Amino acid sequence: MSENYLYNYLVRLADNALIFGHRISEWTGKAPTLEEDIALSNFALDFIGQSRSLYSYAAQVEGKGRDEDQLAYLKLSHEYKNLLLLEQPNGDFGYTIMRAFIYSTFMHKFWIKMINSADKTLAAIATKAEKESAYHVRHSAEWVIRLGGGTEESHKRIQQSADEVWRFTAEMFETDEVEQSLTEQGIAFDPQDIYQDWLSYVKEIFEIATLQVNQDVFMRTGGRNGQHSEYLGYILTELQWVQRTYPNSQW
Amino acid sequence: MSVNRKIIGDVELVTDGDPHDGAQFLVRNRHDILELPAVQQAMFNKAYNAIETICDPEIPVLTIMDLGVFRAISFNENGDLMVTITPTYSGCPAMSMIAFDVEVALREAGFDQVKVNLCLSPAWSTDWMTDTGRKKLIDYGIAAPIGKSAELKTGRAALFGITQVECPQCGSANTEKLAEFGSTACKAQYRCKSCLEPFDYFKCI
Repeated sequence: MSENYLYNYLVRLADNALIFGHRISEWTGKAPTLEEDIALSNFALDFIGQSRSLYSYAAQVEGKGRDEDQLAYLKLSHEYKNLLLLEQPNGDFGYTIMRAFIYSTFMHKFWIKMINSADKTLAAIATKAEKESAYHVRHSAEWVIRLGGGTEESHKRIQQSADEVWRFTAEMFETDEVEQSLTEQGIAFDPQDIYQDWLSYVKEIFEIATLQVNQDVFMRTGGRNGQHSEYLGYILTELQWVQRTYPNSQW
Repeated sequence: MSVNRKIIGDVELVTDGDPHDGAQFLVRNRHDILELPAVQQAMFNKAYNAIETICDPEIPVLTIMDLGVFRAISFNENGDLMVTITPTYSGCPAMSMIAFDVEVALREAGFDQVKVNLCLSPAWSTDWMTDTGRKKLIDYGIAAPIGKSAELKTGRAALFGITQVECPQCGSANTEKLAEFGSTACKAQYRCKSCLEPFDYFKCI
């Protein structure tokens, strides 16, 4: 049973990385500037790379002979356990940046704690991902500050993005028996442990960016349990069509 | 874990399920094999010679030895080989190319049973880049990573605006960062304000 918890935990992490990586990759070739195009493509590469490590390990833990490709490409939409936040459309550049900032700040703090996991492979993945996420936080925070303190229009739109993103943030801190069991074993931890740390960094950057945290919003959750918004279906159509059309095709 | 395995030299590898099981020898360094029987020394040298010139496809002046991507060769008396390499970044597309090159080189050198193992722990760091590697990078026009990754304050200082990166063309410290992300995951873009050349900086991670 504990293997099952670990498998579920890994798939949630892997799905987060894959779906977010795929979303960000939609900017490749059409970001506002060349440097930003390269930066967002690099973000996508980091996330998809992390998802590969996580899926490979999940497949090994599951022990049913499936591989990373089958876990990434051949699941039905309710079998994806990513956060609702990550499947939302990219919106404008401000929304993309705000979401990347909120999520990367969470993940950076998450990986720092995961480095001490009792699970050696998860700790190894965390050690690598922590370094990558430090750059994601830095880059997205700089843009939040610039857009917040930019023109009246950029300020208005990045504030709107913050308000829209916020209603998906509670899901990052949810736990169920998967986390609880793994926390007891020293493999995972309660994400509430990093909540204050996450919030205070977000507020610190928001203050520089002259933005408000509007916490009084209705929180939407469900992705972690496979209840998704309609947007995931569109992502999967694009993500899976090669594997669905030409099953077991290899690069 | 294999009971009879002989670990030679300073090898630190953590791999789940220990794919090195069954290997009799696990060797990191050419200098560490002197205590082995001559046959095994010859076997290791043959394998090492075959792969030591394999370069990163994105930075073709750096070998996998210069980069610290090569971790160890494990083998048994029959000549069954496994080479362990470690990825630089999680999503580095060069890894599959490097793994392929390693396998081809070993098969060409006459080894039939060859495996390439991707090992995630301990995580690769720019601290593992050799001094020769750093010099080759600069000669190639890429500024080498500054500081030690293990020391967070100096390691990430360059990208976090604390330390100046020296221009690989003219050596001037009067440079500025253009973008944190560059042509590959491992590089950032800089510009020299003395000689006006743009250049890549190999990030310290």
